Amino acid sequence: MRPFAYHRPETVAAAVAQAGGADVMYLAGGTNLVDLMRLGVLTPATLVDVTRVTSATIEQTPGGGLLVGAGVRNSDLTAHPLVRSRYPLLAEALLAGASGQLRNMATVGGNLLQRTRCSYFQDVTKPCNKRDPGSGCPARTGDHRNLAIIEHSEHCVATHPSDMAVALVALGALVHVEGAAGARQVPMPGLHRLPGDDPSRDTVLVPGELITAVELPALPLAARSLYRKARDRASFSFAAVSVAAALQVEQGVVRDCRIALGSVAHVPWRAGRAEDALRGAPATEQEFARAADIELEQARPLPLNGYKVPLARNLIVRALADLAAVR
Amino acid sequence: MTAPVTAGRRYAGAALDRVEGLDKVTGRAAYAADHRPADLVHAVAVPATIARGEVVQVDVDAMLKRPGVVAAIWHGNAPRLATSDEELAVLQSRRVAYRGQYVAVVVAETPEDAREAARTLRIEYVAEEHDVILRADHPRAYRPENVNAGHPSDTGQGDPDAALAAAPVVVDEEYGTPAEHNNPMEPHATIADWHGDGLIVHEPSQNVSGLRATLASLFGMPPGHVHVVSPHVGGGFGSKAKTLPHTILAALTAKQVGRPVKLALTRRQLFVATGYRTPTVQRVRLGAEPDGRLIAITHDAVMQSSTLSEFTEQTAVPSRVMYAAPHRRTTHRVVRLDVPTPSWMRAPGECPGMFALESAMDELAIACGVDPVELRVRNEPAAGPESGLPFSSRNLVACLREGARRFGWAGRDPRPGVRRRGRTLIGTGVAASTFPALRAPSSATVRAEPGGRYTVRIAAADIGTGARTVLTQIAADALGTAPAAVTVELGDSALPPAPVAGGSMGTASWGTAVVRACEELAARLEAAGGTVPDGGLEVTADTGREVRAQERYSRHAFGAQFAEVGVDADTGETRVLRLLGVFAAGRVLNPKTARSQFIGGMTMGLSMALLEESIMDGRFGDFLNCDLAQYHIAAHADVRDVQAYWLEEEDPHLNPMGSKGIGEIGIVGTAAAIANAVHHATGVRIRELPIRLDKLVR
Ligand SMILES: Cc1cc2nc3c(=O)[nH]c(=O)nc-3n(C[C@H](O)[C@H](O)[C@H](O)COP(=O)(O)OP(=O)(O)OC[C@H]3O[C@@H](n4cnc5c(N)ncnc54)[C@H](O)[C@@H]3O)c2cc1C
Ligand code: SF4
Repeated sequence: MRPFAYHRPETVAAAVAQAGGADVMYLAGGTNLVDLMRLGVLTPATLVDVTRVTSATIEQTPGGGLLVGAGVRNSDLTAHPLVRSRYPLLAEALLAGASGQLRNMATVGGNLLQRTRCSYFQDVTKPCNKRDPGSGCPARTGDHRNLAIIEHSEHCVATHPSDMAVALVALGALVHVEGAAGARQVPMPGLHRLPGDDPSRDTVLVPGELITAVELPALPLAARSLYRKARDRASFSFAAVSVAAALQVEQGVVRDCRIALGSVAHVPWRAGRAEDALRGAPATEQEFARAADIELEQARPLPLNGYKVPLARNLIVRALADLAAVR
Repeated sequence: MTAPVTAGRRYAGAALDRVEGLDKVTGRAAYAADHRPADLVHAVAVPATIARGEVVQVDVDAMLKRPGVVAAIWHGNAPRLATSDEELAVLQSRRVAYRGQYVAVVVAETPEDAREAARTLRIEYVAEEHDVILRADHPRAYRPENVNAGHPSDTGQGDPDAALAAAPVVVDEEYGTPAEHNNPMEPHATIADWHGDGLIVHEPSQNVSGLRATLASLFGMPPGHVHVVSPHVGGGFGSKAKTLPHTILAALTAKQVGRPVKLALTRRQLFVATGYRTPTVQRVRLGAEPDGRLIAITHDAVMQSSTLSEFTEQTAVPSRVMYAAPHRRTTHRVVRLDVPTPSWMRAPGECPGMFALESAMDELAIACGVDPVELRVRNEPAAGPESGLPFSSRNLVACLREGARRFGWAGRDPRPGVRRRGRTLIGTGVAASTFPALRAPSSATVRAEPGGRYTVRIAAADIGTGARTVLTQIAADALGTAPAAVTVELGDSALPPAPVAGGSMGTASWGTAVVRACEELAARLEAAGGTVPDGGLEVTADTGREVRAQERYSRHAFGAQFAEVGVDADTGETRVLRLLGVFAAGRVLNPKTARSQFIGGMTMGLSMALLEESIMDGRFGDFLNCDLAQYHIAAHADVRDVQAYWLEEEDPHLNPMGSKGIGEIGIVGTAAAIANAVHHATGVRIRELPIRLDKLVR
């Protein structure tokens, strides 16, 4: 591991000021960053520990939503009674991720910014455009069985691995950010980027910007929601494909819905086309399947990951059918 | 002659707690890496980043300028070793035989400095084209002289080709198993410490006597100058049984720098040079009468090895033992690729081979419309099908019957894909298990003290199996005393030489020596009037002659495994709802530790069936998924209901304990039982492991 300096500021302003230079990274739970430093994938010269400056509290907003501090641990967020009752899809997504030990360490901010699990990215002896821009993408022609089927590029076919982020794009969460240029709010989807010709950048954040909180909007329909994660190992495994879904049905007709997919793209994927196709349609399995097909028309699977298309389709249909069946 | 069963059996068969259990759960048990001699330096092995070629230059000077760095060693400045075995010739040549092979080592005062130095070490290579992908039709596949454990490569009887051409029912399929890595919980680590011309090695080892001999010959010393210390081993599954490159590297480095050296492998490095199970490509052909009685069996297996040495998994060997058929053939072919050398991983041969054979038997049962349990019963041989030798005992049929009863097999609807619980497809499957009951020569010493205490000394290994505990029970019975009066010392090469903890033969081999030493001691005590002299009394036994003179029998343990699976109709996710095994393995010496071995093996088999696969990248020449987040081993949530039972089996032709090995049989057949259950659930036959959801989702 490259030797590094370690700072632990007490205020957001101090943290942002210390993160000014190049080669500086924020450290939260460390469950992803420290792993990648040990592998030599990330070699920051300075770590700014933000666990004292980012809020670890969950507050109700005047508008009926929740403001979740970036320092809230994944295990605390999933256990929060209001998260469980108002946003079951988020509580379930968090619970489906990693292991109990990791969730106790992992923070909301760090979870959003965790890096891809593409094996070439994690091995510094191999080329990878995301880690070493311009070196190439061996996954495209190599092992991409668990990588993207939607909106990948010739430069990168990686997926974003977070479960929590899938729920957050379904909810349309707002990410509160603070940087040298001041504070701003970034809506989800919109935080994460597609790879395009610069896969080295996972998000729209500029270096030194600190996530301070994530705001969950008031969304009554999310009270009837779920998260379903398909994977070979029954726990402690990233998704093959996952779905976060919320459904509001009135007199057999879909009033509103939210659908997002995990592990299909470089970003947590909001299935906007499927949602549009469903609003106003009868709440039947046939319609759910039609909507899923409309969404997945844009899939461009690679030789080894074609299975993700039927898997995503089946997951969407099953999630919606299960939600429709809830009385 | 039948070995007499000596003394009473008060303690053999009792569920004694592990004698070192408390030390382990309280953290008092020191593993190799816990050892910290004074003046210790830390070494990090540097892996090659090409799969084939030569190391031209290593920038040692730049390294030595770094803070804390003590030495950087490569072929250019390494001490010479006395060996012609390329596997052991660490840093002895410029050649790179596989990606990840150690081409240098960096030594520093702290592990952090050593790791950072290793990361930044500049190495210049000349790369050559490499070839790392196993194919059944590989042009360089050849017939090895022998396969692992000394079995002949090919065997045959009758005219299987003609018999298959004429057989009323034929199954002819290809099966595949991927490369798999042992992954014991404790990563490999070595602490090497030279004192004058003697070497002390702390290392988790399944074979301290073997390691001592190899190190001594490499460094040109008498074996007595090497001392291997290995009281506790955190799992091995075969990966700690041979002398491995990192051990040699640590010893060589300690010699060069003149200080004790610690070399602890990372989990990633465990995926390179600690051995692994070769991928296999297997063709099985079964020819049968309409009622399922076999006319012909052929089993042709292709495996890989490295360019350094030939290791051929004995994949088709179980097909020489399992079923009767007049016409038969087994063959093994091996391809030497630019890959690390595969090695022993729990039940080499039987484990992948029985996946193929027992899957094919299930396919035959369906083709004949015969119940899969009944099919196996119908093909039960009267004697070793190839050897013609009588079985010392064989209770496969009893295991199948008892397993079927416990599992609730009777009345099973054979139709695939017709049972549902909600959105889950349900199926059941069965497969047989087998493993040879072997024994190797061993020595052991037992010493009596005047106060009534006894000490057994033997260079055996307890790799987490409970060997120390079982040997304590065996000795207590042979001495007619209580286990509390017996201390067993093992895991140290200074003790009387003993064979490897491998091949499921540890207890049989070591136990025989312990019994013989105890018998002799008891006889001498009796001759001396029953009192122990003031200086104590000590006896050493060596079972070389007894083992070599044992009668010719076909000795094997057998078992039957039953699985119930649920396959999610939407996602293709397979979950094993129930796994039930019944084994016939001679006399079970400690039901507690035995049960752990059986359910541990079955769990590892479940993991193999559904998850485990080391993925080779043909372009780079190495395995890609080299950590436990990517190489999946079954988690608790995957292991729901695993039950192991055994039959009382009296077999007088084994050893004084009447026991067969139980370390490996639990993994044999599990994957086939699960694959057969998946077929029963879904109608989809998975012939290539693991049974991932991408193979089932539609
Ligand atoms: C074995 C294993 C299995 C896992 N399985 C899953 C899984 O199934 N599903 C899943 O979703 N996740 C999984 N994870 C990932 C885990 O969720 C993440 O590692 C964790 O959420 C990261 O949070 P952290 O606080 O530890 O972040 P850190 O590791 O501290 O940081 C991660 C990144 O975020 C940046 N960062 C952290 N906080 C802030 C902030 N406030 N503002 C700006 N930047 C910030 C850091 O600079 C760094 O780049 C797994 C991880 C492991 C090791
Ligand atoms: S998919 Fe992306 S992360 Fe993976 S190798 Fe290609 S560029 Fe790197």
